[in-house]
Amino acid sequence: MIESVPLNQVLIVTTLMFFIGVYGFLTRKNLITMLISVELMLNAVNLNFVFFDRYLFPGKLEGHFFSLFIIAIAAAEAAVAIAIFINLYRNIRSINVEDVNEMKN
Amino acid sequence: MATSAIIFYVVATIMIVFSLLAVTSRKILRAAVYLLFALAGTAGIYFMVDYYFLAAVQLIVYAGGIVVLIIFSILLTSHIEEKMEKPDSLKIILTAILGLGGTAVSLYVITNHLFTPQPTTGVEATMSTIGEKLLGYGAGGYVLPFEVISILLLAAMVGAIVVAKRNKPENHD
Repeated sequence: MIESVPLNQVLIVTTLMFFIGVYGFLTRKNLITMLISVELMLNAVNLNFVFFDRYLFPGKLEGHFFSLFIIAIAAAEAAVAIAIFINLYRNIRSINVEDVNEMKN
Repeated sequence: MATSAIIFYVVATIMIVFSLLAVTSRKILRAAVYLLFALAGTAGIYFMVDYYFLAAVQLIVYAGGIVVLIIFSILLTSHIEEKMEKPDSLKIILTAILGLGGTAVSLYVITNHLFTPQPTTGVEATMSTIGEKLLGYGAGGYVLPFEVISILLLAAMVGAIVVAKRNKPENHD
């Protein structure tokens, strides 16, 4: 694949995926679907790291390890976020962003 | 056209389509399942660039861990059949303009920049190379971020338990 697909074309795919995530993050109102959009964005960034590593700096494996660490951080983030959502649902019976204003005032 | 290029284009199309469906589907459980397909496609691309370990981690942590966590939280907090209300069309249009603008700027830069790919060297991402680099403390070693990540995961685990724990009322019976 590295010989047959140029870097420009694979970067188009990751760019589209990232901005789809941005679109979802700004239009969704449910907290879980917003988390899904964040995961999409993180995934696009991971792909970018891997492609730059593989095409421009082969053999160094730097993008490989960055992606590995980003995956671990994404897992930690998702675990804490979902714990917060469940606690929120228990308290206000909703996970809609418009209902989450308990800490205002 | 090489076979691997065709496979890449098919997988990329699948990823983009399922990403779009994941952010536009009005049924929340379906959005999570579409996310699963997008993440699995990513793992396929990691396989295609010969990063087998990363592809396995992607499948285990993302597809096996995070998506299952998201689906569990959906089952705990939402009705499955319920359709989410549509965001108002002004918001959709403004956000779409923002997204398309960002995409256009990024694609303009990407297509006009001349990348010079380096020829692939002999170093492969084998398990022993990954292990030595991950625990290496010399040049090109990643033992510090490795340890920091382990502390972060421990803290996230304890934090998630503390946050999600039900607050018992004060009376001890």
